[in-house]
Amino acid sequence: MPKDYGIGASSKRREDVRFLTGSGRYTDDINVPGQAFVSFVRSEVAHGKLNSVETEEASAMPGVLRVFTGADFEGVGGLPCGWQITDRNGEPMKEPAHPILAQGKVRHVGDPIAAVVAESEAQARDAAEAVAVDVQELPAVLDMKSALEDEGLVHEDAGTNLCFDWGFVEDNKDAVDAALAGAHHVTTLELTNNRLVANAMEPRVAIGDYDAATDVSTLFTTSQNPHVIRLLMGAFVLSIPEHKLRVVAPDVGGGFGSKIYHYAEEAFCTFAARQLLCPVKWTATRSESFVTDAHGRDHVSKIELGLDEDGNFLAIRTATLANMGAYLSTFAPAVPTYLHGTLMAGNYKTPNIYVNVKAVFTNTVPVDAYRGAGRPEATFQLERVIDKAARELGIDPVELRRKNFIDKEQFPYATPVALQYDTGDYAATMDKLAEISDFEGFESRLEESKRNGKLRGLGVNCYIEACGIAPSNLVGQLGARAGLYESATVRVNATGSVTILTGTHSHGQGHETTFPQVLADMFGIGEDQINLVHGDTANTPMGMGTYGSRSIAVGGAALVRAAEKIIAKAKKIAAHLMEASADDIEFADGQFTVAGTDKSVAWGDVCLTAYVPHNYPLEELEPGLEETSFYDPANFTFPAGAYACEVEVEPETGKVDVVAFSAADDFGNVINPMIVDGQVHGGIAQGIGQALREHAVYDDGGQLVSGSYMEYAMPRADDIPDLAVDHSCQTPCTHNPLGVKGCGEAGAIGSPPTVVNAVVDALQRGGYDVDHIDMPLSPFRVWSAING
Amino acid sequence: MEFVELIVNGRTLSGEVEGRKLLSEFLREDLRCTGTHIGCDTSQCGACVVHVGGKAVKSCTMFAWEADGMEVVTIEGMADEDSLGDIQQAFQDNHALQCGFCTPGMVMSAAALLDENPDPSDAEIRDYLEGNLCRCTGYQNIVKAIRSVAEQRESAAAA
Repeated sequence: MPKDYGIGASSKRREDVRFLTGSGRYTDDINVPGQAFVSFVRSEVAHGKLNSVETEEASAMPGVLRVFTGADFEGVGGLPCGWQITDRNGEPMKEPAHPILAQGKVRHVGDPIAAVVAESEAQARDAAEAVAVDVQELPAVLDMKSALEDEGLVHEDAGTNLCFDWGFVEDNKDAVDAALAGAHHVTTLELTNNRLVANAMEPRVAIGDYDAATDVSTLFTTSQNPHVIRLLMGAFVLSIPEHKLRVVAPDVGGGFGSKIYHYAEEAFCTFAARQLLCPVKWTATRSESFVTDAHGRDHVSKIELGLDEDGNFLAIRTATLANMGAYLSTFAPAVPTYLHGTLMAGNYKTPNIYVNVKAVFTNTVPVDAYRGAGRPEATFQLERVIDKAARELGIDPVELRRKNFIDKEQFPYATPVALQYDTGDYAATMDKLAEISDFEGFESRLEESKRNGKLRGLGVNCYIEACGIAPSNLVGQLGARAGLYESATVRVNATGSVTILTGTHSHGQGHETTFPQVLADMFGIGEDQINLVHGDTANTPMGMGTYGSRSIAVGGAALVRAAEKIIAKAKKIAAHLMEASADDIEFADGQFTVAGTDKSVAWGDVCLTAYVPHNYPLEELEPGLEETSFYDPANFTFPAGAYACEVEVEPETGKVDVVAFSAADDFGNVINPMIVDGQVHGGIAQGIGQALREHAVYDDGGQLVSGSYMEYAMPRADDIPDLAVDHSCQTPCTHNPLGVKGCGEAGAIGSPPTVVNAVVDALQRGGYDVDHIDMPLSPFRVWSAING
Repeated sequence: MEFVELIVNGRTLSGEVEGRKLLSEFLREDLRCTGTHIGCDTSQCGACVVHVGGKAVKSCTMFAWEADGMEVVTIEGMADEDSLGDIQQAFQDNHALQCGFCTPGMVMSAAALLDENPDPSDAEIRDYLEGNLCRCTGYQNIVKAIRSVAEQRESAAAA
């Protein structure tokens, strides 16, 4: 019988009621009295010298309050980068300035040049068209290989387009080279990981407000991490101390990474509100989102896998060019390095691994983390090369993977790329996958497809991810300029209800439902007695927000720690009420009892006593019942799984249909199975989108050709099949109190190689000599591969 | 400026608008019906679907003045007096929403679909939702929710 409340129950989401009735409060739904509107004048060219910006005509137009240009931001900080990578030569990465409005040069289509603030949005847009920009266009630096020849520079003061050249682990390099030289077989694959746009359905919005009487600035913004924005914008851009700066991220309509970063528009609206003494609002159009939201992926890689005569993996060597775009976005340098190189061991006991990454500046939108962030890029290379090796060696791809899995007895397992996997059972998820995707019935489905004139293929894939980011002292050594703990305050109210205040942020994940589920179990009270407050720096403890599948693994752990403090204090109060020793108090199902007696007091009585302390040990114990915990994890968590996909390919057109998709994931313990299913569904849909449809394409002049939903092929309802997802294989995390691992990114990590493996399988079964096609596998690309 | 009067969810609401103002903008900015969302500028995403004169319409494809005198139903008009409407309830029961941003358009499209076709197949549901983008759910639970409403209505009608 499934549980109907608490941990493990598929509790219905309480946040749904407001979203389903139009009562949500997204940032654009907020209107501050007296607000003005800003419209940005953006670069229409990819690269150019900014000769002049004429604002006189625009300034005189109806309703215009002021036109800002880069000159207004002289002496104001630029957007900071939150992670510093050290180059193989021991030098820090190149870290060019990222001004709020362009100064001297424009570096990508969409780079903001001027900002027109007016009384209405229409007036601001009209006047923005009257700003005259004189740009001397320069050749756009676009292709990463050519960019490294440094013939044109994105940033002259950097002296090169190479941001950093990173080797990992440098000490492994010679052993890897030797192992590959001596290997029985080496499989090599060159591939690209296509550039994507996150495309959360809610475009970004920022509203800056300033109260001159108190000298407090407020920013309402579409953010996954309001405390991070407060820290970055306050300390590095506008020099506003935290106690004078409030950042509010109310309901946020999806993030997928793209709303982690501190963006120029947030700083601009906050700055302009202080200058103009009126609130300033900006709402992105979708066209603006395409050229300003950080893009994802965009790696070009070569991977080599060496095997012995028995099919054992001996060594892996990779070389990747990672596109940084025109500026370093907040966490950009971490993505192709510590979120990518560290994952190259995958689920396998390969003894020797070396990863080289060159990060490159180009005249494109900055690239940063998108759902999965580095881990999809690692998984894609590894799982594609394993599949290719299996086919070259005539070994079943599933068997080759099984042969090289880290055995469950080997945990904790130290990889050659610096991670220590705490727990896992990869054979179990593969067994579960074989069951739910009916490997045995494939041959008959293949025959059915053949009768219909279709090619059919089965693709299999494994993935591991490192999430629950992360131990602060470790990430500090690796270049992070922030801690990565999480916080929770548990405020027990006088009548026994509970308010949780957290530094995490929910923008679709359902925290308002799941966090109370955890406390309902711990306190033995109804979920409806508990609510969650998040998204406002004014009333939540400092926390690092939501990304990297970290909220329940890190924020949930902080919640448990705070709740444990509550229980410890409540036991002392109960002991006083029952004239017993606190050591003898047991707490279960909302009742405090003296062990071995029938004496008990209820949760509600203890809570009331804490706030009405008439009969209370005031000399030993403070009144009240509220505790905060900051939890810094001991390690990453390591969700893992096995995915399978069946495709049908129409040989005449190259059109690919995903006809079946199965996922067997190990997320450790699960708080709400319904929500976990939904997270996996969404991740897989994005992964299928990447594999078959989505691509941010620049033309030779640096124009974003796929700059709207007319050209950027978002997956639609009839592109995604019914997905069979299972998370019954559970090896609980060993180092957090809930045993949870995180589930937000798995689907997007595991699915792209699954689809590509399936298409290659279909083509090879159809007799075509094709061993790789780069994503997205559009009909044209597949047809071209079929037709040589 | 034009004077525009609409019957929105049974209430008569009006305002002065510029000729270029879209119905979606008029609903959100002037009438403060912020349940209708704007997710794109090319009429692709479907977050702004409302019913105008009984038909599902992307409200960014009409000028506000074009709807003058018409009956408009938005997501705010879909709940019963003290409970969610059946489509809304099915969306909650089947976890058919995550961030909630596409949800108003999805619900309004689902309602129009079920009016046109009370017993749609999964393929017909997926085909009908071609004009509604969701980035969170992978659509599976949305399809499931709509199917469940069709089944409930059918069994209620049979009873």
